Amino acid sequence: MDLSFTASEEAFRAECRAWLAANVPAEPLPSGDTAAGFAAHLEWERRLFDAGYAVVSWPPEYGGRGASLWEWLVFEEEYYRAGAPQRVTQNGIFLLAPTVFEFGTDEQRARILPAMAAATETWCQGWSEPNAGSDLAGIQSRGVRDDAAGGWRLFGQKTWTTRGAFCDRMFGLFRTDPSAERHRGLTYFLVDLRAPGVTVRPVERLDGDAGFAEVFLDDVFVADRDVLGAPNDGWSVAMATTGSERGLTLRSPGRFLATAARLIELFHSLADGTERAHDDALRDRITQAWIDAEAYRWQTFWTVTRLVDGARSGPEASLVKLFWSELDVRLHELALDLLGPHAELVDGELASWTKGYQFALSGPIYAGTNEIQRNVVAERLLGLPRK
Amino acid sequence: MRFAFTDEQLAFRDALRDLLTQECPPARVRDAWTNPDGRTGLWPALVEMGVVGLLAPASAGGLDGTEVDLVALLEETGRHAIAEPLVETAAVAIPLLRDAHDPRVADLAHGRIVATVAGRTDEFVVWADSCDLVIASDDSGVRMFARDAVTLEPRPAIDGARRLSWLGTDDTTGEAIGDADAAALVDDRGALGTAAQLLGLTERMIDMTVAYVRDRHQFGVPVGSFQAVKHHLANARLALEFARPLVYRAAVSIATLDPHRSAHVSAGKVQANEAAALAARVALQCHGAIGYTTEYDLHLFMKRAWALARAWGDTTTHRRRVGRAIL
Repeated sequence: MDLSFTASEEAFRAECRAWLAANVPAEPLPSGDTAAGFAAHLEWERRLFDAGYAVVSWPPEYGGRGASLWEWLVFEEEYYRAGAPQRVTQNGIFLLAPTVFEFGTDEQRARILPAMAAATETWCQGWSEPNAGSDLAGIQSRGVRDDAAGGWRLFGQKTWTTRGAFCDRMFGLFRTDPSAERHRGLTYFLVDLRAPGVTVRPVERLDGDAGFAEVFLDDVFVADRDVLGAPNDGWSVAMATTGSERGLTLRSPGRFLATAARLIELFHSLADGTERAHDDALRDRITQAWIDAEAYRWQTFWTVTRLVDGARSGPEASLVKLFWSELDVRLHELALDLLGPHAELVDGELASWTKGYQFALSGPIYAGTNEIQRNVVAERLLGLPRK
Repeated sequence: MRFAFTDEQLAFRDALRDLLTQECPPARVRDAWTNPDGRTGLWPALVEMGVVGLLAPASAGGLDGTEVDLVALLEETGRHAIAEPLVETAAVAIPLLRDAHDPRVADLAHGRIVATVAGRTDEFVVWADSCDLVIASDDSGVRMFARDAVTLEPRPAIDGARRLSWLGTDDTTGEAIGDADAAALVDDRGALGTAAQLLGLTERMIDMTVAYVRDRHQFGVPVGSFQAVKHHLANARLALEFARPLVYRAAVSIATLDPHRSAHVSAGKVQANEAAALAARVALQCHGAIGYTTEYDLHLFMKRAWALARAWGDTTTHRRRVGRAIL
């Protein structure tokens, strides 16, 4: 075992750290889940892109710098350590892009990826429907073949679409063969949200931001070139994306290491010099949260070593999702316990913890609820019977 | 960065697994409860294979191995619940004597003598009545005694294969074998070794329970098809997944004498303690009444887990050690 980063990885870390120190906005940007905040975040995304940091792990021809997985993890650690803004491009660069790299044609890669990296085209995810959440294969929105026009016509409704009110395009699953078994007959479409027939209605989330949207599709034309993978093969294409969403791509350890470090700072700023500095129960909980963040870091390094050796991410991604989502809740609960009555406030510097707590609560729900993830672990990793 | 065992390390572990699968079925662990020395009789085989002397210098009959090599093997011995002072001799006493340039390291590596060790937080010493050397440490340093030079007061333990004694020592008869730093290293090595064994025990209890709930039918279906049972076992698997890497990382930290090694070891021991405690709890619950008998094998593993989760520092002790380092 060799647990050190190479000299060139350390040099990359130093370069990232210096750039972020000089460029991360001193004042936090307004929430990226509001219209004004989204625009401010896009400006930040474009600065990241111009400096070569938007998608470090992608090949240069698509806007990246060909960084290794290890370098990507280093970048992520530095990004969150610097307190840099949330990535409003995440559903594109972390969820759709891996699928485009795997299933897209050369034409699709060339058309979609550079605009995604540069944040000139933003993407949201069209999975959930009013009657299909955890049971994703139950989707009812449909695509009807239009041979004459060389494409498909979409009908139906998507919901809980994060930043759907602000994004340009949506990737989503639609039923194109109603007679097929429910996991078959689905097609993966790339939809222009400005196209005729699309209606987007913002929905206010728990934290008060209009970060959700309902997307209504009424006879929306999508050309054949915007089908990802083969028609009626959308389920297997989509499953590649859920792996990214549950696994390390979307939520790298850097995020939680940074939260744990900020929690310790908060503890010192509020407790030092008071009785609470010696409260063993409180100290134990903070320590355990820090240990868990470390455990996530080292479990990731263990996993990445296997990926670098050529292994593919499998149902283990469900363990990862369970762990980071529940850790994030614990970290924020602890912060609110430290804040005491101030946890009620939604303005001021410390309110980011209250906001963060509300966001953390979505973790065990999105990307497949944790109840479903536990079923996946039991059935696919441990081999327990489905029925 | 390369956080994985080498093919050689895995091959050694697999060879040990094959040996123990053959030689240490649960019946052998059960027999240790009633054997005069409370042991599984595997010491000669472990010496022969090189497991005992792994950390000893080649010149003393060892393999010049590191804690990273050892941790994979100890995990395997946990999986089979061997009842032998392997953590005490192979993970603690041998590197202690090696670093002290004491020639008895060769006697240990060759299996001519066996040692047991009490860490700074341990009140009892295990399997001392069948060991030749007894090592005890406190904040001032480490002392070593011939077994006959100490007072041993046997104390029955919940795991009948762990022969515990209260240890009475007389400072005039022991020999100083290490200073305060060596005493700290003794604790770190013992905690790492037991943490590794706890990982193996955790996996074994999960495996046993998975096999049971797949087979056991109620209401006309396997009980393992019930979501409540699935979620219990998924939680145990989750705890194991996020304990292992911290234990392996702690092994590297000891092998490289990392300045933060004590915090790393404690973090690993906390996670391993918690994973094993959860797995034991879940295993019993999912087995139901059969797991509550001593005729069934689960209790052999469960009781070992309870014991090792408190040996060489319990969860609170180790968590607070981490806390002092980071808060």
